[in-house]
Amino acid sequence: MTAITLDRPAPALGGFTLTYLRLELVRKIRNPRALFFTVAFPVLMFFIVGYQMLDIPLTGTPVASGGVSVAAYIMVSMAMYGAMMSATQTGASVAAERAQGWTRQLRLTPLNPVVNVAVKTLAGMAFGLVAIIATYVAAMFSGVELSATQWIVSGLAAWLLAGAVFTTLGLMVGYMVPGENVAQITSLVVVLLSFLGGLFFPLSNMPDFLQTIGRLTPVYGIGELARSPLTGEAFDLGALVNAVVWLAVFVAGTVFFFRRDTRRS
Amino acid sequence: MTPSIPLPAAIDVRGVTRSFGSVHAVRGVDLTVRPGEIVAFLGPNGAGKTTTIDMILGLTTPSAGTISVFGHSPRGAVARGLVSAVLQSGGLLKDITVRETVELTASLFAERRPVDEALERAGIGHLSNRRVGLCSGGEQQRLRFAMALVSDPALLILDEPTTGMDVEARRSFWGAIRADAARGRTVMFATHYLDEADEYADRIVLMSQGQIVADGSTAEIKNLVSGRIVQLTLPKADLAALASIPGVDSVEAAGDRVTIHTRDSDELARHLLTSTEAKDLEIIAQNLESVFLALTADRAPSVTTPSQGALR
Repeated sequence: MTAITLDRPAPALGGFTLTYLRLELVRKIRNPRALFFTVAFPVLMFFIVGYQMLDIPLTGTPVASGGVSVAAYIMVSMAMYGAMMSATQTGASVAAERAQGWTRQLRLTPLNPVVNVAVKTLAGMAFGLVAIIATYVAAMFSGVELSATQWIVSGLAAWLLAGAVFTTLGLMVGYMVPGENVAQITSLVVVLLSFLGGLFFPLSNMPDFLQTIGRLTPVYGIGELARSPLTGEAFDLGALVNAVVWLAVFVAGTVFFFRRDTRRS
Repeated sequence: MTPSIPLPAAIDVRGVTRSFGSVHAVRGVDLTVRPGEIVAFLGPNGAGKTTTIDMILGLTTPSAGTISVFGHSPRGAVARGLVSAVLQSGGLLKDITVRETVELTASLFAERRPVDEALERAGIGHLSNRRVGLCSGGEQQRLRFAMALVSDPALLILDEPTTGMDVEARRSFWGAIRADAARGRTVMFATHYLDEADEYADRIVLMSQGQIVADGSTAEIKNLVSGRIVQLTLPKADLAALASIPGVDSVEAAGDRVTIHTRDSDELARHLLTSTEAKDLEIIAQNLESVFLALTADRAPSVTTPSQGALR
């Protein structure tokens, strides 16, 4: 047998490996409940809510004359909902694995804690993209018509905005609340925020006071931005401010609670 | 590395303390472990063993003092795969298989052994496709062992590695550790089981109340503890003369009652009864447990009674 060597390098990239990323994806595929809520649910909701709106125009231009339908609006919203759910689970899984002691086990390896979160974020983003593509493909086959630019820009915007704002929301809650039940709490929060932020119903259909509250919630800003390619009109500046402010709040919260957490150990 | 350069100590702990608020878990520990040693780390619950181990692994930082592992900081040694551990607190992912868990661990290190070799050496090669959540506690402990082996560490730290294992599992676990240590791996293990320390360690370090209270080779510790206590009543005893009798380690007197620790109680009793006025002579047997208990009880009056070879 060979002697044990003492002269060894530390791994590059803080321990980032494709093996870990692959296993994170495998774990998600093995979790049917999470798979349902991130990928199947948005598709199903599009068929239930969006399909019947195929002929209802979103703007002044009738669908028959090349106008965009309300179904497309529902499509972007539902796709975004899937991406948000997937992103939020990243944070919840960090919290659950900390509660199980897995994070502590990982600290016996060269893996940098930030790289650990990055790997989980990438896996969460990959499933968010799957949710968006699944919903878009279902909508396309149902008869939603958009220009190539509208498809791509709204899809990318929904994916990246939901990923940025809701991964950080999930991480913040994950580091703030220890335990294995964070997934349930955050899922409920996402559903509530989605209602308030006009993801399931347009804000304009709500009572005035709910509209005011809705405009201040984190789903409103990113939702407006992602759907803006559909109408062809410039998006509301308030939506951009909303998205930037919430992202800043969640990033700051994540850093704060992450530091508190690492100090405690 | 050329022979003229001395090897750095596997573990070098100097003047280390660690407090958690008002709780002083570790109160000044100095400890040097040479490469290749197998060290048993003993002590009652709350003695500071786990905190000391956590600091050696860089999971906790000392309040004062320094620690180096093969000349590196604890985190540096972990990043290079020089040290790994089987901890009580380490969690596992339940939704992946045994093999996937070791594959993942292996992938994180720059240098590693083949996954199958680690599984075989830990005795779980036949479980490689089982989901971790379906494994028994003992099997999960062996999985942690496989994870610790896959980086081929120069130092392996085991915190109560056989807790929850039955006698047979314990025996085969230690068989694997011993085969592995033959390659020159340094091993440090904390345990409650004195027979494990006796059988598998070269050296025993006993900790109590946050300090090291005994440190020696297994033979030295056994020598220290294999003696007996002789008590007798002897007015105006010449303590210095008694202490000079061959085999006597210590002599204490309380009034007329004298307590002598000796390694040769027969010779001492013969001398006392024939050449002195000693009366009411009693010979009290000691074992490893009673001495460890005595050493730790000096500092911790509330130590509970050991049972069945376990020092708790």
